[in-house]
Amino acid sequence: MDLRELYQDVILDHNRNPQNFGKPDASNRQADGHNPLCGDKITVYLTVEGDRVVDLHFDGVGCAISTASASLMTESLKGRSIGQIEELFEVFHQLVMGNADVMFDGPDLGKLVAFQGVSEYPMRVKCATLCWHTLNAAIESKQDTVTTE
Amino acid sequence: MTIAQSAPAPLDVDAIRQEFPILHQDVRGKPLVYLDNAATTQKPLAVIDRLTEYYTTINANVHRGVHTLSQKATDAFESAREAVRSYLNAADDREVIFVRGTSEAINLVAHGYGRSRLEPGDEIIISAMEHHSNIVPWQMVCEETGAKLRVIPMTDSGELLLEEYARLLTPRTRLVSVVYVSNSLGTVNPVREITAMAHQAGALVMLDGAQAVQHLPVDVQELGCDFFAFSGHKLYGPTGIGVLWGRQEALEEMAPYQGGGEMIRTVTFEKTTYNDLPHRFEAGTPDIAGVVALEAALEWVSAVGLDRIAAHEADLVEYATTSLSFNRRVQLIGEAKERSSVVSFVMEAAHPHDIGTILDSEGIAVRTGHHCTQPVMDRLGIAATARASFAVYNTRDEVDALVSGVNKVAEVLG
Ligand SMILES: Cc1ncc(COP(=O)(O)O)c(C=O)c1O
Repeated sequence: MDLRELYQDVILDHNRNPQNFGKPDASNRQADGHNPLCGDKITVYLTVEGDRVVDLHFDGVGCAISTASASLMTESLKGRSIGQIEELFEVFHQLVMGNADVMFDGPDLGKLVAFQGVSEYPMRVKCATLCWHTLNAAIESKQDTVTTE
Repeated sequence: MTIAQSAPAPLDVDAIRQEFPILHQDVRGKPLVYLDNAATTQKPLAVIDRLTEYYTTINANVHRGVHTLSQKATDAFESAREAVRSYLNAADDREVIFVRGTSEAINLVAHGYGRSRLEPGDEIIISAMEHHSNIVPWQMVCEETGAKLRVIPMTDSGELLLEEYARLLTPRTRLVSVVYVSNSLGTVNPVREITAMAHQAGALVMLDGAQAVQHLPVDVQELGCDFFAFSGHKLYGPTGIGVLWGRQEALEEMAPYQGGGEMIRTVTFEKTTYNDLPHRFEAGTPDIAGVVALEAALEWVSAVGLDRIAAHEADLVEYATTSLSFNRRVQLIGEAKERSSVVSFVMEAAHPHDIGTILDSEGIAVRTGHHCTQPVMDRLGIAATARASFAVYNTRDEVDALVSGVNKVAEVLG
C-alpha cells in the first residue's frame, strides 16, 4: 500500500494549515481528549444552539492524521444537527475501520473520505477518531478527559 | 557512549545475522530493518532451538517428581539459575529469583519489602527517567503504607542531578530504585555512586537493569546494589521470563509475594511455613522452558562477547547520531555523556507517530511514543519521540536506511 493513500493531499494540507484551530472567543461546550499511546491531546470547543452545532473549533497537539482529522471534522460539521453528526460519526468510524461498503447507504462523507487509507493502518485508527470521540463528549458535555484507550 | 577499553576484535555481523531467522524477511516490500531492540530483541537460533529441544525431550514439572523427566527438567532449570548467577556474578544462586520480567521483579520488591517494612513518613526515591514499571509499583505501595515517593530530577540533556539526590537522602529514606540505562534517553546512570550514597544514608538500592544486561557487563557485587532486575526478552531470550536478583539478607527480610505451590514448606489449614530462598518467591509452576532458553541466551551473548557487542553498538550509535544530525529538522533527545544503544529524536513539523508510519513503509521498525516514560516527556516538554535502538545484529547499512527514511519524512509530509 502506497503511503500516499494514507497521507492524501487533503490530509497534508489540513495538517499544514489546520482550520478552526485555536480556542474561540465564545463557545458553550467543550471537552478534552487524550491518546495516551502517542501523547496526542485535543480540546474541542462547540457552540450549540438548540440541536444544532453552529460552530466548532479545536486546539492541541497531534500527528498529521489527528490534526487533519480534527480540522476536516470541524469544517464538515458546522451547522449540522446533533443527529446528523452522530450518523456521520458512525459512517466515518466504519470507513476508518475498513468497512467501506457502508458508505453507500449512509450520509455523504464529503472530504472526510480522504481518511479511507487509515483502515490499512490499524494502529492509526485512533489518531483519526480521537477528535470525534472528544466531540461526542463535548456534545454531551462530559467534562472529563476522553481517552481512546 | 560506553566504549570498551581495549579494542576487541570486530564482530562478523553477517554471520551473526544468519543466526536470526526473523531478520530475513521483507516488510511492506522492503527488507526488514529492525531498530526496536529496546522494546524487545530478536532471538538467535540457539534460543529458539533450546525451546524446541526442551519441549521435545525433557518437558516435565520441576521440583516435584521422582521420575526421570522431572529430574532432567529440574536440573535444566537449576542449571539456568546458576548461569544467571554467573552472568551477574552474584554470590549465591539462591539469590536468583525467576519472575516474568523486570516489571514483576520490581513489583515483587515493592510488595515484599514495601508492604512489610514501610511506615508512614518513610521515603522511597526514584528518578525522573524511570520506566512506568519503576514508578507505579512504588506509588501503589506508598499509597498503601503512607510512605512518600521522592524523585531525583534530571538535566535537559538527560543526566541525573546528584547534588539534588544528595539532598533527598535523609534518615527517612528506606529504598532507592533507579534505572541503570534509560530506555527513552539511553543515559547510563552513575549507579555505583548512587548506590554508595544510598547505603551511606542507610537505604537499600534496587537497580532496573532492563536496558543494561544486554549492553554492559554487570557484576552485582561490584555494583554493590541490593536488588537488580532484568527481562530475558531484551537480552535475546524468550518473552515471559526475567530475573530478580537480591542480596540474600535483603531477600530474607522480605515477605512472600504470591502464595501457592513451590513456595511453601508445610501447609495445614491452620498455618503455612515458607520455603527457603529462592523458592519462597517462586509460587506456582514457573516458565520452565523460558528459564531453560534464557540460559541459552546468556551463553550466546557470552560467546559473542559483551565487550564486542558494546563496541559494535557504540559505533552504530555514533554513526546514527552523526548521520541524523545532518538533517536540520531532526533534534536528538537525550544527550548524556554516558549513553548506551538508544537514539531518540523528534522532528520539526512531524509527529513521531507519522515518522513511525513513514519509516514502517520503508520496512524500518522504530518505536514511537512516550516509551513508558511519560514523566520524561513532560520534563522535556514533548509529547513523544521516535526511537531507534540497536542490537548486535544491526549494521551501518541499516543506519543509512534509517537516515534516508527520516529524510523521506519531510518529503511525504511536505
Ligand atoms: C528501563 C526499563 N524498565 C522496565 C521495563 C519493563 O520490562 P518488562 O516489560 O519486560 O517487564 C522496560 C521495558 O520495557 C525498560 O526498558
